[in-house]
Amino acid sequence: MTTRILVRWASLVAVTFALLGLGGAFAQPAPKRGGELHSLMNPEPGHLAIGLSLQVPSQVIGSKIMQSLVKYDYDFKPIPVLAESWTISPDGKTYTFKLRRNVKWHDGKPFTAKDVVFTTTELLKTHPLSRRVFARVEKTTATDDHTVVFQLKEPYAAFMTAFDPSSIPIYPAHLYEGTEYQKNPWNEKPIGTGPFKFAEWKKGSHIKLVRNDDYWKPGLPYLDAIYFHSIPDAAGRAIALEQGKVHFTSWGNIEGYDVARLKALPSLEMTTKGYEMIGVMMWLEFNYRKPPFNDVRFRKALAHAIDRKFIQQNIYYGLGKIPTGPFASVTKYYDSKVDTGWDFNPAKARQLLDEMGLKPDKDGVRLKTTLMPIAATYGEQFVRIGEYLKQALKDVGIDAPIVAVDAPTWIKRMGDWEYDLAVNFIGQYGDPELGVARTYISSNIQKGIPFNNMAGYANPKVDELFANGAVEMDEAKRAAIYREMQKVMVDDAVFVWLLEFEYPHFINKKFKNVIVNAHGNKDDFEAVHMVP
Amino acid sequence: MTEFWRRYRRNRGAVLGLVVMIAVVVLAASAPLVFPASPWKLAGRPFLQPLDPVFMLGTDMLGRDIAAGIAHGARVSLLVGLATALASTLIGILIGGTAGYAGGRVDDALMRFTELFQTIPPFILAIVLVVIFSPSIYSVIVAITAISWPPVARLVRGEFLTLRSREFVQASIVIGQGHARIMISQILPNAMPPIIVYASLMVASAILLESALSFLGLGDPQLMSWGFMIGASRNVIRIAWWMSVFPGLAIFLTVLALNLVGEGLTDALNPRLARDVRR
Repeated sequence: MTTRILVRWASLVAVTFALLGLGGAFAQPAPKRGGELHSLMNPEPGHLAIGLSLQVPSQVIGSKIMQSLVKYDYDFKPIPVLAESWTISPDGKTYTFKLRRNVKWHDGKPFTAKDVVFTTTELLKTHPLSRRVFARVEKTTATDDHTVVFQLKEPYAAFMTAFDPSSIPIYPAHLYEGTEYQKNPWNEKPIGTGPFKFAEWKKGSHIKLVRNDDYWKPGLPYLDAIYFHSIPDAAGRAIALEQGKVHFTSWGNIEGYDVARLKALPSLEMTTKGYEMIGVMMWLEFNYRKPPFNDVRFRKALAHAIDRKFIQQNIYYGLGKIPTGPFASVTKYYDSKVDTGWDFNPAKARQLLDEMGLKPDKDGVRLKTTLMPIAATYGEQFVRIGEYLKQALKDVGIDAPIVAVDAPTWIKRMGDWEYDLAVNFIGQYGDPELGVARTYISSNIQKGIPFNNMAGYANPKVDELFANGAVEMDEAKRAAIYREMQKVMVDDAVFVWLLEFEYPHFINKKFKNVIVNAHGNKDDFEAVHMVP
Repeated sequence: MTEFWRRYRRNRGAVLGLVVMIAVVVLAASAPLVFPASPWKLAGRPFLQPLDPVFMLGTDMLGRDIAAGIAHGARVSLLVGLATALASTLIGILIGGTAGYAGGRVDDALMRFTELFQTIPPFILAIVLVVIFSPSIYSVIVAITAISWPPVARLVRGEFLTLRSREFVQASIVIGQGHARIMISQILPNAMPPIIVYASLMVASAILLESALSFLGLGDPQLMSWGFMIGASRNVIRIAWWMSVFPGLAIFLTVLALNLVGEGLTDALNPRLARDVRR
């Protein structure tokens, strides 16, 4: 009897411990499959052909469908995706990618090296970002069905950072080869290799993606479907997020004035991580062809006349970082020790202008010029920046009335150099060679092409440093080159770098693993899952 | 004149409207003296609430003085209102008067031309015009005039049509007066009362239109206006009501006052009608 009781107790204890032990093992349970994630597209894109033009909403949606050879962690270290492994020859000129086997396109056809060769040599020829990369490639060959070799003309240090899925998405050759790419019907219902398949597009309402059951990573993805809703009204978007009808927002979906309120909600998590790859920098740009903008004293005077903290606090409601130089803090080789030293000091600005001989006339005006801010269609905050800058400049005697233009006019006038002072912003794409060089190298001064060196800034030293940085394969030496470059450009006060943007990502706490790497909202979302 | 004022005075609302309008005019005229700094100046700390010792009506998100904005905005509103009312009235009299007096094919041609403007949704036309000419105070005045004159033309045409068959007009023709002289010295003075009333209401609608254009960001970017103030601060209305409420009140009061004045003018200029209404 007692023995039996003892045994019973013992077994009970054993079972309890076993359960506890099991519980310990299950503290990190495998994420549950199922669930739908609702997000936003703002504005609704015109198509989903992410290899043919740069539209942020297309990229956010298309990156779940199409993939690149690799993707990047927060430190821009490549993670294998369609490429299983790769080798770089010691001279830095030959890149050999071993492609993953058993990957299928969403229409069931196998993915092979032919697709990679077609995409990188044909389809991306006109891509605004990656054409620069592939212009450095001498020859691309598929040595077998699962091996691709890129033979470069000279070493190119940024090559392994260029495979951002929105810059180099791999396209299905069997659907695009020999067609007119821009008019291909698959642009609206893309076929990719990604964890989610295109399902439907109700124009004006939503785009639906569903799980790819044949995804090459077994067990993934977890979600059944992802919806992207079109809600054009900012207040409507905030309410949808607040009520849990929308679970994930990015970019400027939520306006700055709503951020603090939504951040405080217990159902939501807010992070500014996940924009490392894009790294957007905004600046006040000078047209160097028009004196006195080519005088460094003038540019420095303006830098002291502008209160960048004011812009960050009052126009961006505390979001964003005040730049210390031309590189965004998330961009590779950013050096925090380089500092502009541009404190807000109108007296110093006036003194610099006095030294230049720009004396105020009887109305207190030293110079009459104009200011062309970014079009209001990009967001109200750009109108406020224009108004702020105009006043700040007026305060030191520079009369710069605002030239209000719409977005296409802005792009055209910038490209044609028809401006005096302008506000501009550009993404830096991780590596300075990919996103920074295009704005500052003198070989990029080409009239009629927007988003290159529109200002006409030319410094042989900077050109040389960018040229060296592009081909230097040694990390330490490369870092030293870019460090020196940042110093030179700060000394030149090339532009008044106003703000490094930080956009909020709002995530409903029912979802995990949403923002996991430098791509942020442009990641494939294969591991996103709901909490049970 | 005293008779006119006696009749006007009988309408209490109209007197109140006049008082408010005089206040708005005084505010507009004195703006450069009371608020010598530019209304765009970043005068103080942003988001200051009203009843601040320095900034009576508070400051906006960039620290601009709301009171200064309202005073300087009154100038823009009045300028646009008066300029467009004047221009539309002149165009309306010219086109409507010619059509009504000449009749026949000239009438047909001019009225079809007028209808062309009336068939296009007026506010859309104004937006298109401002965008084409790029936003400035001149393009705003041109755009609002372009959509305001057709009703005046139709009104004037109707008046001219009835008046031209009256005996005094026929008598003028018989004694050999020229057409232009008959139109200006005989018919026009008799057609004036409804035109004046309509013009006063047009000032109000022009102010509203200017505010709507500025609200959409299509006002003159160098000039502070009430519509712009509301448009710029509508986003933050949940955290800073005063930025949009005060300019909104300014528009509301001015437009209401102008409508009341218009009513008073109707009473004063058309005594018979006014008495009918009262009876």
